[in-house]
Amino acid sequence: MKFSLIYALLAVLLAACGAPPWNSPYPVADEGGNIAYSSFAERPKHLDPAQSYSSNEITFTGQIYEPPLQYHYLKRPYTLIPLSATELPKPLFLDAQGKPLPADSAAEKVAFSVYEIRIKPGARYQPHPAFARDAQGRYLYHDLKPEDLAKVYKLADFPQTGTRELEAADYVHQIKRLAHPRLNSPIFGMMGEYIVGLKEYAKILDNAQKSLPPGARLDLTRYPLAGVEVVDRHTYRVKLKGKYPQFLYWLAMPFFAPVPPEADRFYGQPGMAEKNLTLDWYPVGTGPYMLTVNDPNRRMVLERNPNFHGEAYPTEGEPGDAAAGLLKDAGKPLPFIDKAVFSLEKESIPYWNKFLQGYYDASGISSDSFDQAVRVATQGEADVTDMMKEKGIRLQTTVTATNYYYGFNMLDPVVGGFSEQAKKLRQAVSIAIDYEEFISIFANGRGIPAQGPLPPGIFGAHEGEQGINPYIYDWVAGKPKRKPIEYAKKLLAEAGYPGGRDEKTGKPLMLYLDITATGPDDKARLDWIRKQFQAVDLQLVVRNTDYNRFQDKIRKGNAQIFHWGWNADYPDPENFLFLLYGPNARVKGEGENSANYDNPEFNHLFERMKNMDNGPERQKIIDEMLAIARNDAPWIWGFHPKQYSLFHAWYKNVKPNLMANNGLKYVRIDAGLRTKKQREWNEPVLWPLGLLAAVLVAVLVPAVAAYRRKERQAAR
Amino acid sequence: MINYIIRRILYAIPILIGVNLLTFALFFVVNTPDNMARIHLGVKHVTPEAIAKWKHERGYDKPLIWNSAAQGAKQASDTIFFEKSVGMFAFDFGRSDEGRDIAHDIKTRMWPSLAIALPVFVVGLAVNIAFAMLMAFFRATYIDLSGVVLCVAMMSISGLFYIIGGQYLVSKLLHLTPISGFDAGSNALKFIILPVVIGVVGGIGSGARWYRTIFLEETSRDYVRTARAKGLSELSVLFGHVLKNAMIPILTGAVVVIPLLFMGSLISESFFGIPGLGSYTIDAINAQDFAIVRAMVFLGSVLYIVGLILTDISYTLVDPRIRLE
Repeated sequence: MKFSLIYALLAVLLAACGAPPWNSPYPVADEGGNIAYSSFAERPKHLDPAQSYSSNEITFTGQIYEPPLQYHYLKRPYTLIPLSATELPKPLFLDAQGKPLPADSAAEKVAFSVYEIRIKPGARYQPHPAFARDAQGRYLYHDLKPEDLAKVYKLADFPQTGTRELEAADYVHQIKRLAHPRLNSPIFGMMGEYIVGLKEYAKILDNAQKSLPPGARLDLTRYPLAGVEVVDRHTYRVKLKGKYPQFLYWLAMPFFAPVPPEADRFYGQPGMAEKNLTLDWYPVGTGPYMLTVNDPNRRMVLERNPNFHGEAYPTEGEPGDAAAGLLKDAGKPLPFIDKAVFSLEKESIPYWNKFLQGYYDASGISSDSFDQAVRVATQGEADVTDMMKEKGIRLQTTVTATNYYYGFNMLDPVVGGFSEQAKKLRQAVSIAIDYEEFISIFANGRGIPAQGPLPPGIFGAHEGEQGINPYIYDWVAGKPKRKPIEYAKKLLAEAGYPGGRDEKTGKPLMLYLDITATGPDDKARLDWIRKQFQAVDLQLVVRNTDYNRFQDKIRKGNAQIFHWGWNADYPDPENFLFLLYGPNARVKGEGENSANYDNPEFNHLFERMKNMDNGPERQKIIDEMLAIARNDAPWIWGFHPKQYSLFHAWYKNVKPNLMANNGLKYVRIDAGLRTKKQREWNEPVLWPLGLLAAVLVAVLVPAVAAYRRKERQAAR
Repeated sequence: MINYIIRRILYAIPILIGVNLLTFALFFVVNTPDNMARIHLGVKHVTPEAIAKWKHERGYDKPLIWNSAAQGAKQASDTIFFEKSVGMFAFDFGRSDEGRDIAHDIKTRMWPSLAIALPVFVVGLAVNIAFAMLMAFFRATYIDLSGVVLCVAMMSISGLFYIIGGQYLVSKLLHLTPISGFDAGSNALKFIILPVVIGVVGGIGSGARWYRTIFLEETSRDYVRTARAKGLSELSVLFGHVLKNAMIPILTGAVVVIPLLFMGSLISESFFGIPGLGSYTIDAINAQDFAIVRAMVFLGSVLYIVGLILTDISYTLVDPRIRLE
């Protein structure tokens, strides 16, 4: 008996030696699997490609849907290449009479641009019940009755699935869906300005929807859209108003991915939406992955699409990629990973600890863990700390195509307008706010001060001395140096505010900053910004408000100075400079120009520049625009954040690509190494449990003894 | 008793209408339907037409509480308040502003909440009572004194500290359980252990101290002296008599929270990645999803009222002198 107990204990211990770590959050069966592990902090709102826009949504839709184009994974600057299309479409320009124009025609002559897109034949959709048919070829699940849905709660409850070949009509169907009255596509307003007939189409659909009984499905296939047509089974045409070269970038986004009409027919049946069976919840695509688990309160799982048409890893990149090992898999079939598991992780502490334990493959770095993860050398070079190096963790940094800035409301009587006084006041404030210090204190050095609206790497932005903002910086010893505070004070005096006081009234100049500061770190930031204004003897009143009121103020033009940001849709200067285009002013045009900057010369140049191809002429116009904007200083240009990402040694082929959203297919995992490291880093430590038990016994024994003593006393 | 329960349920109706009205007023003081539309439609490229369409589809283009343009009863019924409130009294929570079925969400999310909250409640109650009994038994000794000091110390520590400290110690240093996450069925066990242990330990300070006070008050009563004089063992006195007589204050605090266990815990679920109802309301407030906010506040109120009725009923079970009339 005694020996058998010892054997049993030994068996348990030996089994434990070969077992997965106790603290592994994943099922035992998945250990060693070719699976990528990641997380999400906020559940994606939309997975319907007509609605999905946020980055946390595109993380999923980018792997499932295949628009005609994509960004080359390795090449920089960002380069568009075909994805489902056979080649990059070249627009055919037409004049107002419909006659063809030469390819180099000026924008003002072009009345229409026609993009003919040919897709690769043979691509098939993921297995999905919307395509399931019976032996007679009839759809199995397109005429479901309430009783058929009684026991259906998720897509997997439909036992049969089917597929079919991708067709050009599916792309046309999706473009029509952008105008669907119930979908509220975020790009409908903008695309309505370009795609011929889309605006009118929305009205037709709206009327058609109203004529239907409540809850009935609107069948888009019955309503043709003038500007989009199917040419043949694998070709479709999109007709745009005027010249709009940026349309190609939109063709690389899921908004223009194919959606089969069968999916709308399947999900549009009565009773489906009530069970959350919608395209917004269960996407249908042709991409390398399909969403097999959608439980955004816990986890979302992408699995390899068995019908994926195949694609090869890029064979070329930019210089240095081969040395970095990024071309080792050149030409190999994609995707490499079988499954990607995304777990909900709302708090940064457990997320970071799980990354360190090897349960997440990659991680960003929060301010709390920055010092633990990153060491910044005296030359400013960032590298991982020794502790990270020991674990084989590597760091990659990249400047994002994002602007964080303070805007001046150009309609404000004090800071706005184009008078020389107002310009000098704005320039003085722009000098006073020391963004180098801000980045160092509040972003752990993760960012670069902006020299204008264009981030580095975007066409039109210059490197070196040519790229600096001469109103804010001097070029000293090979790098930009912020102008001294005395110069800002001089500008302020010239603006009519010597010593920070209005020279006419003698009163101190009071400026107002509208902001939504809610976090615990915001107080320090606000104190810092007040200090910057004080450096030029200006008084800053911070008007902290909730998000709704802040938005109202911006919309109505009631803010004076405000904090804002912009994340690019695509890597074209137009997508940044339109933020300063007058007709896009927030107050006048309800556009994205929150500063309400409206300089006719800038506007005119923008109209010329926006439709041009990249080249010296476009560069010249951009240079002129930047010079105007820098002189007018409608923004304190702020900074472009740097993205710092950490990757474990088993996570291969990683190159930050801020534009591509379909990067999962390129990533490779060394699952054996991961398993080995996870076990090594997570061996259970049991002795403290023994210690705890001993302490409990040590406490309880005298208590029990005392109890017995007391009982005996009572008995006497 | 049946009459009493019916009367209490009828009393609940005006309370629920009041709660509903208050929720409605508070929500729309802070948010306008336009704000809600903007949040739901995203930050970029939102047109006034899209906002108008969003509001129309969800009925937020109607007057808030009084429709002066309508006639007769429609002045009150053709409003956001009426249309969004009336279904709830039949427990028809409708769809969230994003289009999700709220009842389905609640049904799905309440089980993980319950998987944590129920063991924390049951084990916590048992541990707190046992610890309080221990202190009461050894009253005025070093065990009692140490226990009280320990309780006060544990009460003074923030709940968040228990969570972060527990995760650090148990999961990060000792590698015994996952730091966070959840799974279905028996696989959930390894994820539940740590939050339950932390929940129980975090509640010992206040719980045990409160129960100790109750037990000490009871042990000074005449019937305890009589029991001891009869020669009953101290354990029999404490568990057989003191505990029974202390049930009223214990039930007052305990039974009322039973229905609310479904609602989960915001911080605990957030840190442990439990897909429960704890963060459902907060997420909805952040997303300005009025449909979920009103449904959850309504449900919370109903459960609280149910808890109070259950408490009253439980009094009759432990004290035969009490009659509900």
